Amino acid sequence: MNEASTETVLSIRDLNIALPKGADRALAVEDVSYEVKRGEIMCVVGESGSGKSMAANAVMGLLPKGVHATQGEILFEGQDLLALSEKQHRALRGLKIGMIFQEPMTALNPLMRVGAQIAEVFEAHGQLTPKERQARALELLIEVGIPQPEKAIRAYPFELSGGQRQRVMIAMALALEPVLLIADEPTTALDVTTQAQILELIRDLQQRRGMAVMFITHDFGVVAEIANRVCVMRHGKIVELGDAKPVLENPQNAYTQALIAAIPSNAVPPHRETSQVAPLLEIKQLSKVFRSRGGWLKPSREVHALDDVSLTLARGETVGIVGESGSGKSTLGRCVVRLEHPDSGELLLDGVNLSQLKGDALRRERHRVQMIFQDPYASLNPRTKVGMAIAQGPIANGTPKATALKQAGELLDMVGLGASAVERFPHEFSGGQRQRIGIARALALNPELIVADEAVSALDVSIQAQVLELLEELKQRLSLSLLFITHDLRVAAHICDRIVVMQHGRIVEQGSAEQIFLAPQEAYTQDLLKAIPGREAPVAATA
Amino acid sequence: MSFFARFAQNRGALIGLIILLLIIAMAILAPLLFPESPWRMVQRPFLPPLSQDGFPLGTDTMGRNVASGLMHGAWVSLLIGLVSTSVALLIGVPLGAIAGYYGGIIDDILMRFTEFFQTIPNFALAIVLVAIMQPSITSIVLAIAIVSWPPVARFVRAEFMSLRHREYVEAARLVGQSNTTIILRQILPNTLSPIIVLASLMVATAILLESALSFLGLGDPNVMSWGYMIGAARTVIRQAWWLSFFPGVAILLTVLALNLVGEGLDDALNHKLSRER
Repeated sequence: MNEASTETVLSIRDLNIALPKGADRALAVEDVSYEVKRGEIMCVVGESGSGKSMAANAVMGLLPKGVHATQGEILFEGQDLLALSEKQHRALRGLKIGMIFQEPMTALNPLMRVGAQIAEVFEAHGQLTPKERQARALELLIEVGIPQPEKAIRAYPFELSGGQRQRVMIAMALALEPVLLIADEPTTALDVTTQAQILELIRDLQQRRGMAVMFITHDFGVVAEIANRVCVMRHGKIVELGDAKPVLENPQNAYTQALIAAIPSNAVPPHRETSQVAPLLEIKQLSKVFRSRGGWLKPSREVHALDDVSLTLARGETVGIVGESGSGKSTLGRCVVRLEHPDSGELLLDGVNLSQLKGDALRRERHRVQMIFQDPYASLNPRTKVGMAIAQGPIANGTPKATALKQAGELLDMVGLGASAVERFPHEFSGGQRQRIGIARALALNPELIVADEAVSALDVSIQAQVLELLEELKQRLSLSLLFITHDLRVAAHICDRIVVMQHGRIVEQGSAEQIFLAPQEAYTQDLLKAIPGREAPVAATA
Repeated sequence: MSFFARFAQNRGALIGLIILLLIIAMAILAPLLFPESPWRMVQRPFLPPLSQDGFPLGTDTMGRNVASGLMHGAWVSLLIGLVSTSVALLIGVPLGAIAGYYGGIIDDILMRFTEFFQTIPNFALAIVLVAIMQPSITSIVLAIAIVSWPPVARFVRAEFMSLRHREYVEAARLVGQSNTTIILRQILPNTLSPIIVLASLMVATAILLESALSFLGLGDPNVMSWGYMIGAARTVIRQAWWLSFFPGVAILLTVLALNLVGEGLDDALNHKLSRER
């Protein structure tokens, strides 16, 4: 990393930001002070609700309605940003301070060409002539490394991939050569390999231009990859602040230690004995093609979501399906639980071919394979009590209601929520707790196989670790078989016996977790492993 | 916060509710305060309001008591509004639910059927239906229901289409719940609050439709309704303004009250949803 100079660009002092009445706490941010210096990347890390984005929003003058700073000051080049009028603030935004958002799709105007959107930044600040603006836009696109920039400048956002859109966002943020760049979770919505490229780009641009960067993230892997200095936040307060290396290697605060320990370990999982019994699930040459209906002038489009996929899963085994978005991993999971109907191929569960079943016959077999869903908020009916949500499966399969509800209580106890949760509604629970309810629901029918589709992706790291631990424990206790679908190799390494790597609907490589991590055969697997943030950086020994 | 407290936060809704309760009280008290039929000629015609005790709103062209007609009419208007809305919901909700949940060819068939009704102007269809079936309360209720269910069906269909791919619905399919159970237990409860809001506005529209039909002389000849009163008074509007003014105000207030209540319900129910996510 480059030598950080001492010139302070942004200095936040004793900042308090008040939340509106009725929020879960009075202050979003309390007594926060930190500095960002020229030529350094300052990472603000925290879990959801830690207030990590609030200070950045205050810097940009973009605090939500009803939320305002009550104490402290934000000094930017000697000016207190909190004292500025909206007009003065607007003049600063873009010109001196650039910002990149998390979701590159919603941050770009879908109906405007990329070049015009970048030119608009100059227009907003009354700079250059229209012709010069276009030329600058092209230069910027070249600088952020978009393939075929002459074509990209005339493209609409939907024609670009997620990573390319994020590059456009960066180009817009950099257009006026800001002194400070604020990046709010800029890589969270991206695949690992794309994330690695974007991080590389941000670091590269920062060094070339000597900017100060304020980088907000929840991922300690990303911190290890990019940060010069780190500020760890929790419940609106700073718990640890310092240079990246000492904080990561030797965290002083218990919470930082817990957060770092909760990162699914980069260490290769120990070799596990896989039993050589007859396979529970056999997938043979499964294929699924999605067709979009064509119109009179538009040809129909075909996407091969699954292309000749074959794999087996032994009883009591956990197989991880790993791949980036669009790899077909979720389609595979949905075919196994038969939410999708495969076009061809066989799905043998203990010898029964599930792929051919339909209607009532399928409904009778459904209890054998269950699923844990990704989004803990969308997967529970907001109007159904938790106990009923779990009991409805057994009831649909003929168990009397009273017995099913009693079992639901026992299951809730088993996943660590206590039987009293039966009478409560989903909105009374946090994300992690809801995911536990989802697990209890999947277990209610005593399934032979559970498909977990990105079951921990939506959770904070510390909660993620707890849920993974619960799954591991239940797996041992109930000798479950799991098909674990994830985009996160670290998570897969944590829990899986075997790993299957997918790309473009095909299986690229499969083998034991150890094998995949230590001796990946295929180039794509190697790329995936290399892209894991923080893999080479020194991270404190995991607990 | 309780449901009512959230409802009461919208002051307009509270006013609407009070007006509505007053109108309901009018309907209930009508037979007690004016036990005689509102059709009976009780005084000399064209008596202005407040000119004689017992006739606060005066008498009409035939010497009938306007106050009595207004109160008995409240009962008819509310009854027709509520019953025809219920019938429209009974047709529209199941059709929309089935079309939205199953999709594909079933959806195509049901939606073409719905469009068949939507291509004919509402009021023209209602007139034709009442004229064919002979004017009576039943035929009016049916006619109003038949012209007002298509928007309900479309609305419920749209809600079902967006909800049927929710993860909790997929989870219910996975545990082997039947389609009927999923429709009734998983999806329908989550569409209920917008349906309630829609229904409160439909009651208002139904009252307007009934008034318009009665105005044209297609009302039930045996019951006094606001629309009939206005219709009968239209020829003498310059001599006796009160004959059309009071029923007109009654219709205006009722429809306004229902709209305000609908808006308040919308606020209260949506607040709950946003909290529950």
